[in-house]
Amino acid sequence: MRQQPTDETGGLRPEDNGQPPYLYPDYVATRLRAPKEPLIILPKTLSDTTGPAYGRGPIGELDNDLTRQHGGEPLGERIIVAGRVFDGDGRPVRKSLVEIWQANAAGRYTHHLDQHPAPLDPNFSGAGRCLTDDEGRYRFVTVKPGAYPWKNHDNAWRPAHIHFSLFGPAFRSRLITQMYFPGDPLFEQDPIFRSVRDREARQRMISTFDLETTQPEWALGYRFDIVLEGRTATPMENPR
Amino acid sequence: MSPEPTPSQTIGPFFHDALLDEKYSELVSLDHPEAIVIRGTVYDGAGEAVPDAMVEIWQANREGRYDRSTDGRHDPPPDEDFSGFGRSGTDAGGVFSFLTVKPGPVPGPDGQLQAPHVMVSVFARGLLKRLVTRIYFPDEEEANAVDPVLSSVEDQGLRRTLIARDEGDALRFDIHLQGDGQTAFFAF
Repeated sequence: MRQQPTDETGGLRPEDNGQPPYLYPDYVATRLRAPKEPLIILPKTLSDTTGPAYGRGPIGELDNDLTRQHGGEPLGERIIVAGRVFDGDGRPVRKSLVEIWQANAAGRYTHHLDQHPAPLDPNFSGAGRCLTDDEGRYRFVTVKPGAYPWKNHDNAWRPAHIHFSLFGPAFRSRLITQMYFPGDPLFEQDPIFRSVRDREARQRMISTFDLETTQPEWALGYRFDIVLEGRTATPMENPR
Repeated sequence: MSPEPTPSQTIGPFFHDALLDEKYSELVSLDHPEAIVIRGTVYDGAGEAVPDAMVEIWQANREGRYDRSTDGRHDPPPDEDFSGFGRSGTDAGGVFSFLTVKPGPVPGPDGQLQAPHVMVSVFARGLLKRLVTRIYFPDEEEANAVDPVLSSVEDQGLRRTLIARDEGDALRFDIHLQGDGQTAFFAF
């Protein structure tokens, strides 16, 4: 039996920048999918300091409200998830696409491969998207996702989370991550969460309950700010 | 002081409904006179096809211009109809596919030109962060030989994994995440 590494001493190198490793054996699926050859450092060129302006496609008015995409309202605890997206220099990332997906309040995805015997909700698909505004702000209305079991190890459960996909200013800044909820008792046994070895970096994946985002008599608010790697290109950085 | 980045987490197995749409893999229309197909299979370290990966590409247009919003150059003009971005899931057989055009050469470090190439991101269950690679073109031997990024890959076997194979009706670019013939992956 593999020993659980301790967080305080476990393999954190400064150059990781708080990112998880590719190989984290406790998360079993990494064992055959993590590359073994060393990564090659890519010099900075126009190919990666540019990036898709993917947000120009039509985004529906209700795409950021996951509670209004069907005939009725989904069951569960209605929440507002809002925050800002920043680049590596701390500047707001403007007009950039944010995509999310999540399980319903019972811990079930609409995905056909999700076999968890929890009910589907006919009023909840669990997918949303929006563009950040000029201050890098985004906002979603949804329901709090449930925890759900998976088969990674005996009695394995994922802490409640919302998947986030972000583009940011450049190919370099592309990020897919998961937003967690404060105080979840499942963190300590979840190898995906724990794959981030640095305790401070883990905190950056956990939203905070926010009374200002909370709307009285209607929905609890959670705040989740996101910092992308890479920076917004300026004309000076672009060779002609 | 720069803020610390948000850590990456796996895309997981359940992203399809939220992120994929058939048309995202078609960067040009089928009747585009210069359209090419780039397809490949994603394999894991046991040589099994990976049926739940997502592959994204980012590339310049035929003139070597990236989409105008982030490409600061003024000449040559951008192609209004070509975003340069594509996204494809892998199917049950681990296969992804794109319909696109071959990009032109783009500037590299120190004023050199880079050989035509396509930037690639791979996401999958079991990948805690994306993998980055590049697709180069088999009919560009001269440009490939002096490309600064290809040249920086010292291992010849690894270097070969970055060049697509011409299969007549399509270019094949298989992605081996691990094991024999592992694809060359990059870090920034």
